[in-house]
Amino acid sequence: MLTHAWIIPLIPAISFVLILAIGKKLPRGGSEIGIASVAICFVLALTVAFGWVSRVNDGTPPEGRQSSQSYLITEGHETRPVTEADAEAENGTDAAAHGTEAEATSTDHEAEATESTEATATEDEHGTETSAEGEEGGEEHHATSAVVRDMTWFDSGGFDIRVGTMVDGLSSLMLVVVTLISLLVHVFSTDYVAGDRRYTHYFAFLSLFTASMLFFVLSSSTIQMIVGWELVGLCSFALIGHWWEEKPNSDAALKAFLTNRVGDVGLLCGMIILFFAANGSFDIVRITEMANEGAIRHSLLLIASLSLMTAVMSKSGQFVLHTWLPDAMAGPTPVSALIHAATMVVAGIYMVARLYPVFFEGLSIGTGNINALAIMGSVTLLFGALLAFVQSDIKKVLAYSTISQLGYMVMALGVGAWTAAIFHLFTHAIFKACLFLGSGSLAHHIHSFDMKKDMGGMRKVMPKTYATFLIGTAALMGVPLVTAGFWSKDEILAGAHMLGGGGDGYPFAIVMGLLGAICTCAYMTRAIWYVFFGEPRGKSAEMELHENGPRIVVPLMILAFGSIVAGFVNIPDGSIPWPAKWQLWFEHMVEPTGTYFVATNPDFGHPSFLPWVAVVSFGAIVVGAGAAYLWYWKGLGPHGITERNRFARAGYVVLEKKYGLDILYTDWIAGGVKGPIARAAYWINQNVIDGLVNLVGRTAAKTGQWVYRYVDQGAIDGAVNGSGATASGAGEVLRKTQTGKVQTYGSYLFVGAALLAAVIVVIAS
Amino acid sequence: MKDLLNSWGPTAATFLPLVGMLVLLAIPKTEETLAKVVALVTTTSVFVVVVAMLFEFDYDSTGTMQFALDKSWIEAINARYTIGIDGMSLPLIVLTAFVMPFVVIYSWDHFPEPKNPKVFLTLLLILETGMVGCFVAQDLLLFFVFFEVVLLPMFFLIGVFGGDDRKYASFKFFLYTVFGSAFMIVSILAVYFLYAQNVGDGTGTFSLAALSAWGGEGLAKNTGILIFGGFFLAFGVKVPMFPFHTWLPDAHTQAPTQGSVILAAVLLKLGTYGFIRIAIPLLPEAAKWWAPIIGLLAVIGIIYGALGCLAQTDMKRLIAFSSVAHMGYVMLGIATLTPLGINAAIFGMVAHGLITGMLFFIAGSVKDRFHTLDMSRLGGLLLKAPHMGWLLGFSVMASLGLPGLAGFWGEFPALLAAYSPAEGLSEPVFRTFMVIGAIGTIFAAGYLLWMLQRVAFGRPTEEFEDEHIHDMHLTDYIAWAPFIVMIVVLGVYPQLIFKITDGAVVQSLAAITGN
Repeated sequence: MLTHAWIIPLIPAISFVLILAIGKKLPRGGSEIGIASVAICFVLALTVAFGWVSRVNDGTPPEGRQSSQSYLITEGHETRPVTEADAEAENGTDAAAHGTEAEATSTDHEAEATESTEATATEDEHGTETSAEGEEGGEEHHATSAVVRDMTWFDSGGFDIRVGTMVDGLSSLMLVVVTLISLLVHVFSTDYVAGDRRYTHYFAFLSLFTASMLFFVLSSSTIQMIVGWELVGLCSFALIGHWWEEKPNSDAALKAFLTNRVGDVGLLCGMIILFFAANGSFDIVRITEMANEGAIRHSLLLIASLSLMTAVMSKSGQFVLHTWLPDAMAGPTPVSALIHAATMVVAGIYMVARLYPVFFEGLSIGTGNINALAIMGSVTLLFGALLAFVQSDIKKVLAYSTISQLGYMVMALGVGAWTAAIFHLFTHAIFKACLFLGSGSLAHHIHSFDMKKDMGGMRKVMPKTYATFLIGTAALMGVPLVTAGFWSKDEILAGAHMLGGGGDGYPFAIVMGLLGAICTCAYMTRAIWYVFFGEPRGKSAEMELHENGPRIVVPLMILAFGSIVAGFVNIPDGSIPWPAKWQLWFEHMVEPTGTYFVATNPDFGHPSFLPWVAVVSFGAIVVGAGAAYLWYWKGLGPHGITERNRFARAGYVVLEKKYGLDILYTDWIAGGVKGPIARAAYWINQNVIDGLVNLVGRTAAKTGQWVYRYVDQGAIDGAVNGSGATASGAGEVLRKTQTGKVQTYGSYLFVGAALLAAVIVVIAS
Repeated sequence: MKDLLNSWGPTAATFLPLVGMLVLLAIPKTEETLAKVVALVTTTSVFVVVVAMLFEFDYDSTGTMQFALDKSWIEAINARYTIGIDGMSLPLIVLTAFVMPFVVIYSWDHFPEPKNPKVFLTLLLILETGMVGCFVAQDLLLFFVFFEVVLLPMFFLIGVFGGDDRKYASFKFFLYTVFGSAFMIVSILAVYFLYAQNVGDGTGTFSLAALSAWGGEGLAKNTGILIFGGFFLAFGVKVPMFPFHTWLPDAHTQAPTQGSVILAAVLLKLGTYGFIRIAIPLLPEAAKWWAPIIGLLAVIGIIYGALGCLAQTDMKRLIAFSSVAHMGYVMLGIATLTPLGINAAIFGMVAHGLITGMLFFIAGSVKDRFHTLDMSRLGGLLLKAPHMGWLLGFSVMASLGLPGLAGFWGEFPALLAAYSPAEGLSEPVFRTFMVIGAIGTIFAAGYLLWMLQRVAFGRPTEEFEDEHIHDMHLTDYIAWAPFIVMIVVLGVYPQLIFKITDGAVVQSLAAITGN
C-alpha cells in the first residue's frame, strides 16, 4: 500500500467530477458519493499508516544491509569534505541517482551516503531508501526511509520535473488526520447544510478539497506542493464564498485568496531558489538531504526559508498576514472546521516540517536562541489570543484561537521542537474541529453565531453539545494529564525552554508561550460563559431549542473522545506511569529518521518532560480561567473600565480594530492600488502613451497633407498619387475613408520598401 | 499516409482555407447555411490534416524540420517556398487549427452586425491561411508575406463587424502593425545582403535554416543590434509589448467576439513566435544585448497591464488588458534565452490562447444577452445563467495561473527560468524581474477575481432582475467544451507540450547555450 498511496487523492478527485456530473440527480444530491469516497480514503489512509508502523517496527530494509549502511554513513560523515564534493559531482549529473541501484560496496560509499537510492523497479517507479542513522550519543537506531514513488511530470530544458508520492510517518499522519476530519465533516454536513441552495456543489468542493489536500501532503516534490497548496486555496475560496449572493461573503473569499497570493510570491520564490540550490531539482528528499549535508550555501538556505516563511504567514494565518482567516468564517461552519482550522491552514506548518533541514540550517535553529520563525510564531500566538477577547462572534473567537494555536506550532518548529509541533498539529486538528463543529451545532437552529446577542444558557437545551464543547475547550486550554492539548502544548513549552544553542533555550518563546496560554484559558472561559451560562438572550430565548440529531452529535462525540485520548500516543517518559513500549510512540512513528531529516544533526534534540513546565502551565490555566471565572460568573473586577479609563479604552480599540491591519490592507493597499494607482496608470496609458501614438498619427497625416498640397500637387505629377494619399492616410482616414484600403495597404508596403532601401544602403556600405 | 503528409501536409493545412474561400465566393449570398457548412468543413479538414501530422510527427527528433518541402519560388532573389514543422511550431499550428472550427461553430447563430455570413466566413478563412502559413514558413520572405496576409482580414473583421468605435480601432491596429512590419522588412533585407557579403559568396538567402546556422557571425556588434531592433519592433508591436500595446485594448474591445478570440488565441503569438523562430536564432549575440531590455519591458508589462485591468469598467476591455500582462510572462520566458524559459513561453502562448480565447467567448455571450459589458450594470451571472457563470469562474481561475490548469505552466516555469538566465545575462537583474513577475501574480488574481465578483457573484441589478437570460446554447457547449478540456488536460499533464517543444528549443538555442 505504501507505494500505491497515489490512489488516495485520486478517489476524491474522481468523486468531485462525479458529483458535479450526476450529483443533482441522486436522491441525496451527491453527498453519498462524497461520503463513500472519503470513507474509502480513510480506510486506505489507515492502511497506509499501519503499513508505515509495521515498516518502522520491522525495521525494513533487512538487517544485514541496514548495519552495513549505518557503518557507511559514519564513514561518510568522518570524511565530510569528500562527501560534499562527491555530492556535488553527482548532483551535477542530472537526476541520475534516481532509478539507479547504488551498490553498497566500499568503492562508492560516498555516493551511497549522499544519495542512497534503491531502485526497485522501472524508470517510473522506485523506492528511495534513505539510510540508517546512529542517534546522538552513539545509540544505534534503525532508520526507516521514506517510500518514494514518482514519475516524470515533464521535461524542460534538461530538467526532469517529477511528480509522485512520498510516504513516511509525517505524510501518513496527515493522511489519517485529513481523511478522518473530512469524513466527520461530511457526515456532519449532511444535516447541517441540508436544504442548502447549493448542496451538491458544496459536497463537490469538499471532495475537491480533500483530493487537493491529500495530493499536497503526499508530495514528493516541491512543485507538487505548490500545486496542492494553491488548489486547496481555490477550494477555500469557493467554500468561503459559498453563499456568494451576499457581498460580504464574496469579499471574504476574495480577501482570503488575495492574501494567500501575497504569501504565494514567497512560496514561488523560495521553491525556485531551492530548485537551483539543489542543482535543478524539485525533489524533496534531494533538497533536504543536500541542506543536511551542507551542500547548499547557508545564505541561500536563509533567503529560501525567509521567502517560504511569507507563504507560511499567509496560509497558516501568522501575524501579519493572518487577517483573512477570521473573515473566512463567512463560509459554512463545517468548512471552517475542516479547512480553516484542522487541515488547510496547517499546510504551512506541514511545509516547514517537510522541508525542515532547509529551515533548520537556514535559520540556525539548533544553535541559536532566537530566529525569525520562532519570533513569528511567538508573536502570533499572543497577538492572536488577545484579539479573541474582543470578539462577540463565537466562530471568530475560535478563528483567532486557531491563529494563536498555529502560532504555537510555528514557534515549536522555530525552536527546534519538530515533533512537538506535529503532535500539536495532530491534537489541535481534533479538538479544534470539535469546537468548530460544536459552534455549528449551537447555531444550527438560531442561525446566529453572536454569543452576546443570541446565545446564553445553552447548556440546558443542548447538553451533548455542551459536554463535547467543554471537552474541546479543556483540550484547547491544556488541562493537565487528561487532555490531548496538555501533552502537545507542554512539549512545545519544554522544547522552547530546553532546545537551542548553549542550553539556554528560547527565552522569548517560552515567555510568549506562557502568556498565550493564560490568554487562551481566559478567552475560552469567557466564551463558555457567554454561550452556555447566564440567561438565554436574543434568538436562543425566542426559539424552542433542542439538541441536534445524531449526524451532528455523533461526530462531536467522536472528536471529543479524540480530544482526550489523542494525547496518550506521545506520553513522555518520566511523566506518568505508562508502558515503555508506548512511550513517545508518536515520536518514533512520525519523526523521520532518514537522511532527509535533521535527526543526525548533533544540534537537533528532543525536549524531555519537565515537571515544572507542567506545573507552570497548570498555573496559567488557573490564572487565566480563574480570572475569567471571577470576572464573568462572580462579577468581580473593574467592569466597565474600558469606558472610564483612557488607556484601557485605547487598548480595547486597538484590539477591536485588529491592530489596524485590515484598514491598512483593504483601504490603503488594496484600495490604493485599485483606485488611484490603477487610475493613474490608465490615465498615463490613455493620455501619454496613446496620446503619443495618436500624435504621431496626426502628424503623419498633417505632413502628408502638406506634402500633397505643396510638393506632390505643386511639383510632381500623379504618378505617385497612391503613395501621397497613403501618407495622408494615417490620421485623416481614421475618420473619413472607407474605400481604398487595399491601395493604402499596398502603398505602405511601398513606403516600407523605400525606407528599407535607404537603410540597407547605409548598413551594407 | 506518411508520404502524402510529408510532401503535402503543411501546404494543405495552409492553403485548404483558401480553397474553401474560393468555394465560398461562388456561393450566393442568400445561401447562408451552405456558407456555414463550407466554412466548417474547410476548417475541420485543416484540423484533420493537422491532427494527422500530429500522429505522424516524430517526437524523438522534434528539433528537425519535419514534413519539409523546399521548392523554388522567386528565383531572382533566391526566395524559396520552404516549409516545415518542428517542435516549436507544432503546438502553435495545432492551436490555430484547433481554434478555427470552434470559432465557426460559435458563429453559427452569433453573427455580428452587419450579419453577412459569407463575407465574415471568407475573412476567417483567409485569416487561417495567413496564420498557419506563418507557422510553417521557413523562409523569411515567405514568412513576411503570410505575416502581412493576416493583417487584412483582421482589419476588415474589426472595421466592418466591430463595435461603435470600430474605425479608429481597426486603423490603429492596421497602421501600428504595418509600422512594425516596415522595420522587419528592413531587417530581413539587411540579413539577406549581409549573408551574401559574409558567407554566401554574393548570394543572399532568406532561408531560416541557413541564416540560423550562420547566426550573424562576423557582424559588427552594432549592426546585429540594429537588425535585431527591426525584428524587435515588428514582433514587439504584435505581441504586444509595453509600450507598443495601445492598439490592443482598442482592437479587442471593438472586434467581434470571434475576432477577439482569434486575435488573442493566435495573432498575438505571431509576435512571440517571431522572436523565438527568427530574431533569436538569427542573431543570438544581439539577442543577449536585447534580453535585459525585453525582460524589463516584459515585467513592466506584467504590472502595468494589471494596473490597466484594475482601472477598467468594461469587462471585455479588462480581458484585453490582461493579455498585455500575460504576454509579459511569455516575453520574460523568452528574455531568459534559456530552454526552460522558451519552453515555458511556448506553453504560455498555447495556454493564453485557450484561456483568453475562452474568456472572450464568454464576454461575447454576456454582451449578446445583456447588451452591455459595463461591470457596474452586470452581476449575478451565476444566478441568471449558472453554467456560463461557472465557466467564467473556471476561466478566471485558469487565467490567474491556478496550478492544475494550463495557465500555471506558462507562468511558473518562466519565473523559474528568470532565476537563472542564459550565460552572459545578469543574474541580479533577472532575479529582480522574477520577483516582480511573481508579484504580478497577485495583481492578476486581483483584477480577475474582482471581475468575477462584479460579473458573476451577487444578485442581478434591477435592470436585469426580471429579464430572461438564456444560459448556454448548444453551439456554445460544442464550441467551448474542447477549450475547457484542453485547459484541464494541459494543466494536469504539461508534458504534452513540453515534450514537443523541448528538443526544438534546445536546438534553436544552441548558439547561446553552447551545446
